Amino acid sequence: MTISIPPTSKQPQESIQPRGWLRYFSFSLDHKVIGLQYLVCGFIFYLVGGALAGAIRIELASPISDFMPRDVYNQVLTLHGTIMIFLWIVPVVNGAFGNYLIPFYVGARDMAFPRLNAVAFWLIPPAGLMLISSYFITGSAQSGWTAYPPLSISTPAAGQIIWILSVLLLGGSSIFGGINFIATILKLRRPGLLLMQLPMYCWAMLGTSILVVLSTPVLAGTLILLSFDIVAHTGFFNPVLGGNVIVYQHLFWFYSHPAVYIMVLPAFGLVSEILPVHCRKPLFGYVTMVYSIMAIVGLGLVVWAHHMFTSGTPPWMRLFFTIATSFIAVPTGIKFFNWVATLWGGRISLNSAVLFSCGFIVNFVLGGITGVALAQVPFDVHVHDTYFVVAHFHYIVYGGSVFVIFSSVYHWYPKFTGRMLNENLGRFHFFLTFVGFNLCFAPQHWLGLNGMPRRVAEYDPQFTFVNQLSSVGALLMALSTLPFLFNIINSILRGKVSGDNPWNALTPEWLTSSPPPVENWLGDPPLVTEPYGYGITKEPNVEDLTEGDNTGASTK
Amino acid sequence: MTTISPITENQEIEESSEHLDHHDYRLFGLGAFLIADGMTFAGFFAAYLTFKAVNPLLPDSIYELELALPTLNTILLLVSSATFHRAGKALKSDQARLCQRWLLVTALLGLAFLASQMIEYFSLPFGLTDNLYASTFYAVTGFHGLHVTLGTFMIFIVWWQTRIPGGRVKKENMFPLEAAELYWHFVDGIWVILFIIFYLL
Repeated sequence: MTISIPPTSKQPQESIQPRGWLRYFSFSLDHKVIGLQYLVCGFIFYLVGGALAGAIRIELASPISDFMPRDVYNQVLTLHGTIMIFLWIVPVVNGAFGNYLIPFYVGARDMAFPRLNAVAFWLIPPAGLMLISSYFITGSAQSGWTAYPPLSISTPAAGQIIWILSVLLLGGSSIFGGINFIATILKLRRPGLLLMQLPMYCWAMLGTSILVVLSTPVLAGTLILLSFDIVAHTGFFNPVLGGNVIVYQHLFWFYSHPAVYIMVLPAFGLVSEILPVHCRKPLFGYVTMVYSIMAIVGLGLVVWAHHMFTSGTPPWMRLFFTIATSFIAVPTGIKFFNWVATLWGGRISLNSAVLFSCGFIVNFVLGGITGVALAQVPFDVHVHDTYFVVAHFHYIVYGGSVFVIFSSVYHWYPKFTGRMLNENLGRFHFFLTFVGFNLCFAPQHWLGLNGMPRRVAEYDPQFTFVNQLSSVGALLMALSTLPFLFNIINSILRGKVSGDNPWNALTPEWLTSSPPPVENWLGDPPLVTEPYGYGITKEPNVEDLTEGDNTGASTK
Repeated sequence: MTTISPITENQEIEESSEHLDHHDYRLFGLGAFLIADGMTFAGFFAAYLTFKAVNPLLPDSIYELELALPTLNTILLLVSSATFHRAGKALKSDQARLCQRWLLVTALLGLAFLASQMIEYFSLPFGLTDNLYASTFYAVTGFHGLHVTLGTFMIFIVWWQTRIPGGRVKKENMFPLEAAELYWHFVDGIWVILFIIFYLL
């Protein structure tokens, strides 16, 4: 006799998937496994990219080129930029936390396209390994992460082509992820859950995914044309053959400016999740947060040429892009004040997650202020391609995104593993990172204003002391990973058991066991309409605020 | 004795879309992907138009296009969109054989387009690396041709899957046909824009 299994039972799928540790090395379709695969894989690449950054800072500790040959230095800075952007921040803030959290937030059991999801992840390790291995085989690309022609056409071709291939793979992975997030957030919501009731991270991921889908393909097309120039000797971007290098810059920045928002918008979302939980207050200004995200998405697509003010940009274009870029400060400022207002008067527990989030707010404001300054043509023409830009950029992506990644790891580690991280080590990690980061990058503003160009191995000896200061900061940042690594590994083995909801949080991922079961909830997914209903009348009772009960205060 | 029949992945998808009242989001996902794909072409078109506006041809370079063959190509693709639509309608009214015939016509129109494009390539007086406009022309039409080639493969696969008996694409499982059709219409639409930008402007 044959019994056909009712489709609600996922028994067969479960038995095919390996269990335990092995599933993290398998083509798993579980969004939680894929999320952690992204996170760990990204962190390994972060260590590689960090080692490369260390090599750059050692070279720059003295004004002469003494630590490595100049062409190796070029390869190192190119690999550092590419790895940190395409293999660490983009996959982790989008892929890792997005995959882990979004299905919980929309009340689903998995992403809309689980198989596509797994494919998107498994494109990343080969692309990363290919990129890094090119250094040992042919020498890797030397033209920086921007790969501007004619530099990228005239440097050795093999490394540049491998760079293009791996960026195309990573771009493909990113697009597949973006499609999946859009479908999951818009289509897979639990019945009864409205868009304006979603946790803020969903909105951030929706905006980010729209940017990914609209802008990444343009980079892909551009790199295909660039590879034609390198391999087939066409002249798209080669002025000698009648081509136009400025067109490359336009197309490249049409992706790569939104790429900054692809790196930082999800971080905005994650901070908006973390702060209310640890301040026991609703997120301030939910609706304005949503509109700000969407405004940043819209404006983010029309500001790219502010990277090109010194590329012979005509005056009307400079005017337009200066104004558009300055406008972005408005929604970003709204978000900043909303976070401060969320903290204001809250019962803040100053644990590692909150410290890193607050560190993010401070660093991001500094990076944002220099960003507005850089949008102004007269100022930008003065500091273009100097260390001022390097400092600004790292305040956004390290002080912004990476601080949030650490904050999120401290916040969600109990969810991932069912164990707590050591708080003292976490605070030590924060202070080391915060001091090291600011010591490393704050002096670079001064260097840039005084005219030290970026991407150089040798510089005027008058800058020696400040560069050494920066290198000491980099050393502190390198050391700061050690307590973090120890904490992560030690806590998996013998950390304090956390229980299901150690933060007493209300967002849906905490309303299940830690770590969660394969299908996220044993019963039906809960309907959470007030994900931020903290501390209004009494200490929130998890049962009160779920199942459509609106006793929490309105977040509007 | 009780044996449990193994449920293959395809069965599982089909069953869940039939029994569980799960909506099928695959067309939505494909639509999002096609928007992304369209942005690649948008980048190419923007590059070409900028080249045309800013970069004069170097002296002694030839860049002239004939209109006859590409106009024929445009007609071929537009007709193939219509025939694909007929194939979809036929399957919806459960006439699988008619659907197969329309699919075959569509695929042959796609092949005719590719052949005609080949003839055009070989008759043009310039090559890939001759000058900037020529390079852009070959790169963009070639990229579009790659899409047509993939689409033709898809049509043949769907044609094989609508066979009677034993094909898995039928009135109850229209998705493969609908997906290929959406993709094909997209490729046609891109061609129309490409035709206007490269041949008419």
